[in-house]
Amino acid sequence: MKIELDMSRLGESRWYEYLVRFVFGGCVTALAGLIAKRYGPTVGGLFLAFPAIFPATATLIEKHEKDKKTRNGMDGTERARIAVGLDAVGATLGAIALTVFALIVWRELPHASLAIVLPGAMVAWTVTAALGWMLWEFLRNQGRTRRKHASQRVAKSSVNESSVNKSSINARPSINRRMQ
Amino acid sequence: MKELVIRVVAGGVVVSVFALLGDILKPKTFAGLFGAAPSVALATLILTVTKDGKEYASLEARSMIVGAVAFFLYAGIVSQLLLRRRWPILPITGLLMILWFGFAFGACYAVLGWGG
Repeated sequence: MKIELDMSRLGESRWYEYLVRFVFGGCVTALAGLIAKRYGPTVGGLFLAFPAIFPATATLIEKHEKDKKTRNGMDGTERARIAVGLDAVGATLGAIALTVFALIVWRELPHASLAIVLPGAMVAWTVTAALGWMLWEFLRNQGRTRRKHASQRVAKSSVNESSVNKSSINARPSINRRMQ
Repeated sequence: MKELVIRVVAGGVVVSVFALLGDILKPKTFAGLFGAAPSVALATLILTVTKDGKEYASLEARSMIVGAVAFFLYAGIVSQLLLRRRWPILPITGLLMILWFGFAFGACYAVLGWGG
């Protein structure tokens, strides 16, 4: 599947939706700092991988998908659920990359400059996320092709069976005639 | 107070940028990657290194690994429940946050201990 930029989606969001995500992201960052201050870096560090904007984004995707379908006089609940489900698949792959990011920062930060470690970890996140996504797409396409071939085989065999049945049905009268 | 405001603004900006990328990219699965971008981590780590030093930030990153594994489980279960079981969106994404907290804190206590 091709990766595309769809700038028209910017127009779908209202200003307060951007504000909600800004405030939510800001609050989680501030909370991570406060928790680290109160309980130490071990507990505070957990919040660096908190699913900060995932539920907010899921709600927005649901709203946009439902709005689109409602405009066409349809119910968008099913479409919204699939869209959020697919978004969550992406987040699952992104979380694997997030683990790689954290691993690099943990191992390398005490020995190297932040100006080197952070961009390096960010590149590692991008590469891991992209490779993970490509692998997932490849496996999904393989599965689709396998299912398609399997259904074609089933369809072919059922056609053959029905033609055999038809010929046996057609043969029956002649057999019956011969028997008479 | 000043530090808190800086954290809110820095976190808000970085999170918004990644959210925006997720909005404009297609397909949905690729856009979803940005839902698990290290947005909070980027904003926090820069401020932490400046204030508390690299060793302290490194300890935070070590716990972040546990948090990221919890995120992986959270997002994985959410996707399965939505795509296969067809459960409703808001209760699933909201209630499963308990799973993130449970796993993150449980694994953190078991593997790292509270004191680190």
